[in-house]
Amino acid sequence: MSKEQKELLRCEHLVKEFPVDRKRSVHAVSDINLEIYEGECLALVGESGCGKSTLGRTLIQLHKPTSGKVFYKGTDISDMKPAEFAPYRRQMQMIFQDPYASLDPRMNVHDIIAEPLRTYKICESKEALTKRVLELMDAVGVPRDFLYRYPHQFSGGQRQRIGIARAIALRPSLVICDEPVSALDVSVQSQVLNLLKDIQANYGLTYLFISHDLSVVRFISNRVCVMFLGKICEIGDSEQIYKKPLHPYTKFLMNAIPIADPHLRGEEKQLLQGELPSPINPPQGCRFHTRCPYATDRCQAEEPALREVDGRKVACHLV
Amino acid sequence: MKREVNTEAAAEQEALAAQLGESDTFLDKMKRMAANNKLAVFSAILILLFLILAVLAPVITPYSFDEQDLLARLAAPSAKHLLGTDELGRDVFTRLLYGARVSMAVGIIPTVVSMLIGVMLGMVSGYVGGLVDSVIMRLADVVLSFPSLLLAMVIMYTLGDGITSIFIALAVTNWASVARVVRSETLSLREAEYVEAARSMGVKDFVIIMRHILPNCIPSLIVMFTLNVPSAILSESSLSFLGIGVQLPNSSWGLMVNMGRTYLYNAPWISLAPSAAIMLVVLAFNFLGDGLRDVLDPHLKNS
Repeated sequence: MSKEQKELLRCEHLVKEFPVDRKRSVHAVSDINLEIYEGECLALVGESGCGKSTLGRTLIQLHKPTSGKVFYKGTDISDMKPAEFAPYRRQMQMIFQDPYASLDPRMNVHDIIAEPLRTYKICESKEALTKRVLELMDAVGVPRDFLYRYPHQFSGGQRQRIGIARAIALRPSLVICDEPVSALDVSVQSQVLNLLKDIQANYGLTYLFISHDLSVVRFISNRVCVMFLGKICEIGDSEQIYKKPLHPYTKFLMNAIPIADPHLRGEEKQLLQGELPSPINPPQGCRFHTRCPYATDRCQAEEPALREVDGRKVACHLV
Repeated sequence: MKREVNTEAAAEQEALAAQLGESDTFLDKMKRMAANNKLAVFSAILILLFLILAVLAPVITPYSFDEQDLLARLAAPSAKHLLGTDELGRDVFTRLLYGARVSMAVGIIPTVVSMLIGVMLGMVSGYVGGLVDSVIMRLADVVLSFPSLLLAMVIMYTLGDGITSIFIALAVTNWASVARVVRSETLSLREAEYVEAARSMGVKDFVIIMRHILPNCIPSLIVMFTLNVPSAILSESSLSFLGIGVQLPNSSWGLMVNMGRTYLYNAPWISLAPSAAIMLVVLAFNFLGDGLRDVLDPHLKNS
């Protein structure tokens, strides 16, 4: 954080609401300000349904924002026509959660990885295209012999590697990783995470890493952004946040990380009670107050702003 | 110098191809089907045989389809008349061959046309959604709300008799059900993560439809085709029976079955021959459809 860093993507007052009917809508992302710096890995954590995937997709304009602006290297990309946006689209690619659903079952590996290259007509000849595809397969560790195999012939980890190859084919600057390892089993998870780290170093990528698995996040990210119900609770340096979480919600999340060794487990953990409030009708004031054991009257009435505390930003009246 | 580079590149390519094996072409798939599914191959040969017989009818048989031999009315099958004769002494085998022309054409042409219309409208409807979807689907509802035979009759009355009218009538009545199925497939495919992935890398909507949605509809399209061809053949015979399809003395299988109905006891061959032909063609289409679906679906591939 303290280092001089160049901003890659920034959003201001970003709001995304999905209409349910004429009157009501789901407040998936509410008034979020966020910067992503070049070369970092920013993790977006939070429980299911808190809007982290929606935020990621809205940032790269897969969803049109309801209001607010997104800037890529200072250029406003939130209100562009498709033709204008095309060169920016190339810079922002995505890795998906489900490696079974994110590859077209009727396409072989060659065609899957070649799809982005064909879309932007990057390779002049068929030979050049195949060569490029093979290089990408090398980069992600899928054996060359599998060029004409179909997705169903691969394991989950290999499929995810193919998905990664597809995402880096255009040499983007930003890759949104939407829970890229949560569908994989643990032994494969670490392989894919290491691959993601290597690729980040080799290609100079910036990651927005969406996850609910805090151990995974700690391993890969430089900064963490904790979300609750469409709002940012706390954002800052990973180590700082893991060592000393400030926002009560972050504390509960850290408490929920399972500890493998029973001897290291302390007393009974204090865990969060209750369910996520409805995003159709979010609570007044601080959105976390219905579940927060420390909530005061002020929390119910007034929404806390994100303010600088200890070199990070926290949105809580009590910090 | 330049040539050297070229040959080098070519050699590299060859080595690459040898190392990887060629990609799986349509021809490879057909070969695999031929090796694994004898029934499908047999069905394909049968369909081809009927097509050849239909085209070469005038060469194969010495009689004309309306040539009457009044002395040999209702004659049993013999060397002279392979499948016997009908109530006016016309050669049943000859009429069967000429009928195959009508039946194969009526089975295939309107089905292809109606599927082209249905696939296009169904994919647009499902992918675009909104008002376009509502308009197309209400139109389909209107078509489907009529009993199809009744609708076909109305169209035939309006357009007049003749084979072109039958084509149009069947195409108009059949597109709606195809559009419905394709629309629902498109709706679910549109939400697939790989379609979102394509969108996220900036693939255009039209390309997404052609590259991701259409190919994934193919198994159900094949099934629909193999079901619609026989039903079109049967619709034609119903129309001919009602007197608004193919007109005598021209021949069609449905017409022959219906005309032979009266003589079922003393001359069963008049009806049985075209009935058997209809059954064979219908079954052949179904078996071929099964075989094609198996081999075109990458999930079921046994490699």
